[in-house]
Amino acid sequence: MGSTLIEKIIKNNTGIDAKAGDIVTVNVDRVMIHDIFIPFVADKFEEMGFKKLWDPDKVVLIYDHLVPASQVDDTRHFRKGNEFAAKYGMKNVHHSDGICHQLMTEAGYVKPGNVVFGTDSHTTTYGSVGAFSSGIGYTEMASILGTGKLWIKVPETIRVNINGKLPENVTSKDIILTLIGDLGADGATYKSLEFAGDTVENMSVASRMTISNMAIEAGAKCGLFSPDEKTAEYCNVMLDDTMKNLYGDEDADYCHVINYNAEDFVPVMACPSQVDKIRPVSEIKGTPIDQVFIGSCTNGRLEDLHNAAAILKGKKVAPFVKLIVTPASRKIYREAIADGTLSILSEAGAMITHPGCGLCCGRAGGILTDGERVVATNNRNFLGRMGTSKVEIYLASPITAAKCALAGKITD
Amino acid sequence: MGMTIAEKIIALAAGVDSVKAGDIHTVELDRLLSNDGTTHLTIDMYNNLKNPKIADVSKLVWVIDHNVPCDSVKTAASHKKMRDFAKENGIKFYEGKGVCHQIMMENHVRPGELIFGADSHTCAYGALGAFGTGVGCTDYLYGMVTGHSWVLVPETIRFNLTGKLNPGVTARDLILTIIGKIGANGANYKAMEFAGEGMKTLNMSDRISICNLCVEAGAKTALMEVDDIAMDYLKEHGRTPKACFSSDADAVFAATYNIDMSTIVPIVAKPHFVDNVVPATECSGMRIDEAFLGSCNNGRIEDLRLAASVIKGHKIAPTVRFLVVPASQAVYEQALSEGLIDIFMEAGAIVMNPNCSVCWGSCQGVIGEGETLISTGTRNFKGRAGHKDSFVYLASSATVAASAIKGCIATADEIK
Amino acid sequence: MDKFKGRVWLLGDDIDTDIIIPTEYLALKTVNDMAPYAFSPLRPELAGQIKEGDIIVAGKNFGCGSSREQAPEVIKALGIKAIIAKSYARIFFRNSINNGLLLIENPDLHDEIKEGDEIEVCVGQAVCANGKEYPISSLPENLLDILNAGGLVKAMRRLNGLED
Repeated sequence: MGSTLIEKIIKNNTGIDAKAGDIVTVNVDRVMIHDIFIPFVADKFEEMGFKKLWDPDKVVLIYDHLVPASQVDDTRHFRKGNEFAAKYGMKNVHHSDGICHQLMTEAGYVKPGNVVFGTDSHTTTYGSVGAFSSGIGYTEMASILGTGKLWIKVPETIRVNINGKLPENVTSKDIILTLIGDLGADGATYKSLEFAGDTVENMSVASRMTISNMAIEAGAKCGLFSPDEKTAEYCNVMLDDTMKNLYGDEDADYCHVINYNAEDFVPVMACPSQVDKIRPVSEIKGTPIDQVFIGSCTNGRLEDLHNAAAILKGKKVAPFVKLIVTPASRKIYREAIADGTLSILSEAGAMITHPGCGLCCGRAGGILTDGERVVATNNRNFLGRMGTSKVEIYLASPITAAKCALAGKITD
Repeated sequence: MGMTIAEKIIALAAGVDSVKAGDIHTVELDRLLSNDGTTHLTIDMYNNLKNPKIADVSKLVWVIDHNVPCDSVKTAASHKKMRDFAKENGIKFYEGKGVCHQIMMENHVRPGELIFGADSHTCAYGALGAFGTGVGCTDYLYGMVTGHSWVLVPETIRFNLTGKLNPGVTARDLILTIIGKIGANGANYKAMEFAGEGMKTLNMSDRISICNLCVEAGAKTALMEVDDIAMDYLKEHGRTPKACFSSDADAVFAATYNIDMSTIVPIVAKPHFVDNVVPATECSGMRIDEAFLGSCNNGRIEDLRLAASVIKGHKIAPTVRFLVVPASQAVYEQALSEGLIDIFMEAGAIVMNPNCSVCWGSCQGVIGEGETLISTGTRNFKGRAGHKDSFVYLASSATVAASAIKGCIATADEIK
Repeated sequence: MDKFKGRVWLLGDDIDTDIIIPTEYLALKTVNDMAPYAFSPLRPELAGQIKEGDIIVAGKNFGCGSSREQAPEVIKALGIKAIIAKSYARIFFRNSINNGLLLIENPDLHDEIKEGDEIEVCVGQAVCANGKEYPISSLPENLLDILNAGGLVKAMRRLNGLED
């Protein structure tokens, strides 16, 4: 019998021909810790009695949730992080370069076939380049820092085949939202989502990142794509035979196979306040909105900014509606300066903030109050995520979000 | 007897031929600015009035600039109150478009106007020969409802400027020097008027920076003559004057200072008072955690150009957070097109949307316990930028940029 | 910990990590500082009402969302002895085990009891509520090892020779 993509990655990593349900210990290729959790990781690491990192070069520390600081104690996290990095010889520290998940792939920390863990649930993002990556808590992170290892249960796999051409104004965000709606917010819990088909083959790595990023919102442990030439270019690697073999076999044991025709997708939104409460935008048209947020590790990439700019060019955001744009990384921000995208967005009335988690993590960057509605391109619309529990959050693609900003109401 | 600029503007607003310092007059207000620092309180008071109404809605300008994008549920509620009220009453409203005083200068202020702003730095408008003064929300509400207010005609302190600033020295160093000289209450209740040959060497950005900071000497307002430089600015922004005044030769001044600008050096105001000034070189080597370029005082395109010229080709010190916050959307877009934003981004700065940022010190870029900030903002009071046990040094954009590179306080001439 | 009784707090499906502890409070210095804000978007009064030894009974997908380990930690800090839910999100599950917070799965209990009921838990065997027994399964061995060690920190201290 063949193997799923996750089984292959784990076999390459451990040498064990493990199958879904087996418990194995993996050798960790890279870890990511972000600013909110570094003080806790540091404390646990020392409490556990470790004296050194298993491999300082494999540890990446990224400040993104608290950049810029919005509360007086926030900078304590930077100080703690800097101290920890200095004490244990960590070189890979990013102080204000953007969102962790963007940087991990963009800055070359993750390669196809890697096993990566991060102290953030959206660590699933690196599945887009064929890496097994998942979120963990800070206690487990501390134990990896000391040992370089983690036990995992090999997950079952849900295979998602998507074939055909996406309609105009439909993006990978609409695909993953639709899938989450079909599976439910716990529909892939403990499982691996594996994406295949000519639609995903034709997709940019940026679009794939959106899908892998939100795999967690269906509860998945990871959301995987086979590495291809686009992946190789993005990750700046040559695909070796091992990487080329990273695909799910036809005869692998999938617990579930879902087939989509790309032509059937329409622009959708996740409605308040569950990620799996998916409705076509056409059905909720006309709902007035107060704010639009374009950014996050889900949809803050250059492609997303281009999509928004194409809609907004030469136009103005509706009166009394705020448009907040937060590019996902410093590199993206600079690319968007160079090609004029930021000028277009600013002239349309956008507030452009520094790359970071911004509003998505709900600590600043456009907090709302009772009775307000926001259309956002990020990954969660949980109760209270962006303000009070009476804020309504609609999740959408950058194209839909930009259209809503112009109209001042939900529109497709 | 002759009149000062301040007296002439008040006389015009009061509809009388002449006024003199010490008189109290009822005046018609030309414009009323309010921002998200206090507008929600004004609205509460307004709603408690019996039959409230706005005297002339076209005089009101409301700006959300202090906590934007919004940083907490509390400010979100204040903002919504302000936004809803502005929408309902047709008030000119800006959100996230920049710091209120910069927006006023770019879009509204006309020479000869008498303007109340519910913000202390309203005195910035003197750069266009307008009498701007900061008021509390009760005064603001009265003006909003009646269109009038009362003012005590201030005495004027005159500063005659000669010579010109040396390279690497800015108008901000000049005004900090002046504040250091006369003290934080040296111009209490008074107007500070700037004149003399040296004015010709100061561009509009310099002038705004000077007038803006006069409140830190306690001044009620700051004023300058409307010359060609001011008229060009006005024309460029599509406006005309209400009236252009200069002080009469026989006007009475409370004091007159003659300042040779060539003697000014880069200055730092040390914690925790704006008048606690020393030459920047005295603080050289003081370790910093954060640097801030922005605010109504020093967030204009000229400031960004100067800082970028220092930064270009360098990297921000790894342990320093360098916040760059253009004073308005117009400044941001200009800086984008001139390549300045990219210079800052390449160097490792944190570039934020136009707003008050850490100068206001309640959200963006707040500093923690024991940390030190060098800032182009307006104030260095204890706790102003975050934790009560933190330290703020005020300096020019050139000095701030140099310090961000060095990781400690440094002047631009130390950067090669 | 083999057998204990506790008062029930009843919560619904998809209780996410942002409900358990909103991001706004994540940078507070200690978990005890955060605990008063637990569940605040949903039930702001709840944290103040929970007493030592109480039990949370919830629907499906408890703890979905973020990897924040403060989620199980604040629940533990409030004195919750165990959570019994229809199912758990993956990261929350790992984080709870690593912090020694007992998680129990049962598909029926949630729909058949009410808030304030007193129930009895026999670990690895059954939950008794209102005269009815709800069977529960035992944890896999590797997880029991961590739980029995008193959490992952203690297990690692043992690895590093700091504890027996």
